[in-house]
Amino acid sequence: MNIIKNYFDKIRPNFEPKGKLHAFRSVFEGFESFLLVPNTTSKNGVSIHDAIDSKRIMSIVVIALLPALLFGMYNIGYQHYMKAEIEGSLLEMFSYGFLVMLPKIIVSYLVGLGIEFIVAQYKKEEIQEGYLVTGLIVPLILPVNCPLWMMAVAIAFAVIFAKEIFGGTGMNIFNVALVARAFLFFSYSGKMTGDEVWVAKDSVLGLGRDLPDSVTMATPLAQNGTDATSLYDMIVGLIPGSVGETSVIAIAIGAIILLWTGIASWKIMTSVFVGGGLTAALFFAAGQTPFEWYEHLFLGGFCFGAVFMATDPVTSARTEGGKYIYGLLIGVIAVVVRVLNPGYPEGMMLAILFMNMFAPLIDYCFVERNIGKRMKRLKNVD
Amino acid sequence: MGLLSKQNKAALSEPLNINNPIVAQVLGICSALAVTSQLKPAIVMGLSVTIITAMANVIISVLRNTIPNRIRIIVQLVVVAALVTIVSMVLKAFAYDVSVQLSVYVGLIITNCILMGRLEAFAMQNKVFPSLLDGIGNGLGYAWILIAVGFCRELLGNGTLLGYTVIPASAYELGYANNGMMTMPAMALILVGCVIWVHSVLNNRKK
Repeated sequence: MNIIKNYFDKIRPNFEPKGKLHAFRSVFEGFESFLLVPNTTSKNGVSIHDAIDSKRIMSIVVIALLPALLFGMYNIGYQHYMKAEIEGSLLEMFSYGFLVMLPKIIVSYLVGLGIEFIVAQYKKEEIQEGYLVTGLIVPLILPVNCPLWMMAVAIAFAVIFAKEIFGGTGMNIFNVALVARAFLFFSYSGKMTGDEVWVAKDSVLGLGRDLPDSVTMATPLAQNGTDATSLYDMIVGLIPGSVGETSVIAIAIGAIILLWTGIASWKIMTSVFVGGGLTAALFFAAGQTPFEWYEHLFLGGFCFGAVFMATDPVTSARTEGGKYIYGLLIGVIAVVVRVLNPGYPEGMMLAILFMNMFAPLIDYCFVERNIGKRMKRLKNVD
Repeated sequence: MGLLSKQNKAALSEPLNINNPIVAQVLGICSALAVTSQLKPAIVMGLSVTIITAMANVIISVLRNTIPNRIRIIVQLVVVAALVTIVSMVLKAFAYDVSVQLSVYVGLIITNCILMGRLEAFAMQNKVFPSLLDGIGNGLGYAWILIAVGFCRELLGNGTLLGYTVIPASAYELGYANNGMMTMPAMALILVGCVIWVHSVLNNRKK
């Protein structure tokens, strides 16, 4: 730790107002406060700060995402080796997935952070840390075959139009990562859904082998129950799907980290599952869907969305009562879209974006209700 | 007063940039979103609105002293409706496929806020020639935004311009793909927003 601190102290003068690298001041500050706890304090009055600031929150969410990321890498390799019909060791499969994922993560951070740095420099503000989590989530919620340039375009679109024009980190109405996914989904739907996007097809650095274009593999949700997936596979996650969403176990580890540190709201998380489970049970009883209620919760992006996206503290409802309604409706809408709209096998993205839009309204109603209650109490006292 | 005095020039040129009906006054947005998915209907729509605004401005300006104040909106509507019907018939006769693409939006020019706004704000108070210039200026100001948005949407959404393929097949082989969202009205709204953004940045810098 001391080495890093000394290094930052050594290069600091370059970024001071008269230094030669002053143009990159916001980059320097961004990296410094990401790695070290800033030692600036407020100058006026007394203020109480939580020891965890938003940069530490972001770092913890990134840590919570790691199990899903690592498992996703392994699963990319597993699916590829299975389709290529090669025997591969666990390490080979993982390295294959790692090499497939690495460029995606690098591009995602380069584009997203690049825009953030430019905006911060232009507005003469400090770097805002919001992209740290988004940058990791975006590659995790895309199919493995999504081309890099498409992801870059979508990220640029989402960061500019979903975040910066609303005022930057903490001011956005919609979840930025989901806006990037929605942009890709509606713009290049051929590369986002269907049977051809879920298995990586190229060999990387001698690992794996090139597969013909005719190799296809549908997600369990798209097959709509015609090819039974065992419950074990659903929970462990060795099924085709977007990179990070398949393994319930890996996501559960992330959920435990988020709940234990108090970053994600357990109210939202549980009510998403309750809403989705009840709706799915209803549809199953009516014979509308071949999946049991728990299968709906385990399949597709439901878990990932419920744990990492619905609980985003910026875009979710903030009143305590509102969180239940917000989460419940996300679960309900996600399953309704899945079952009733044959065009969209997965509804989690649309459900969360939709409820992002209504979160301020829910909050407004709850605040008004509280005000009304207190007014009544005041009158009764008189 | 000369034919191209300072005021007349301003009546023609201001709506093109600084006082643009779409970008500065944010009028006529619905048709701008609806007809711009391809370049050709956008051009036709822009020209139709230009002609109708210019003619309606002239007619109302001629009649401005005889129109009773209390029924002026009805008179204006009748004039615009007559002109729109003529344009719509001409389009059906000579450019049937475009008129099908434009569908109800030609008829809806009657309710276009730009028209009624110019009639109320300009033609009712000004002489014939300045009114003509004002009508042309506002129509063209509307048209060039439509054409700019239509250009982007057709190029990025379909890879064509005026129906001709522009993006080479080799680009598609390299992995390029058309952006399906460009053909939806949602993207038109964002593009119009971008035009407004660039416009206000440029004009604020001048001040």
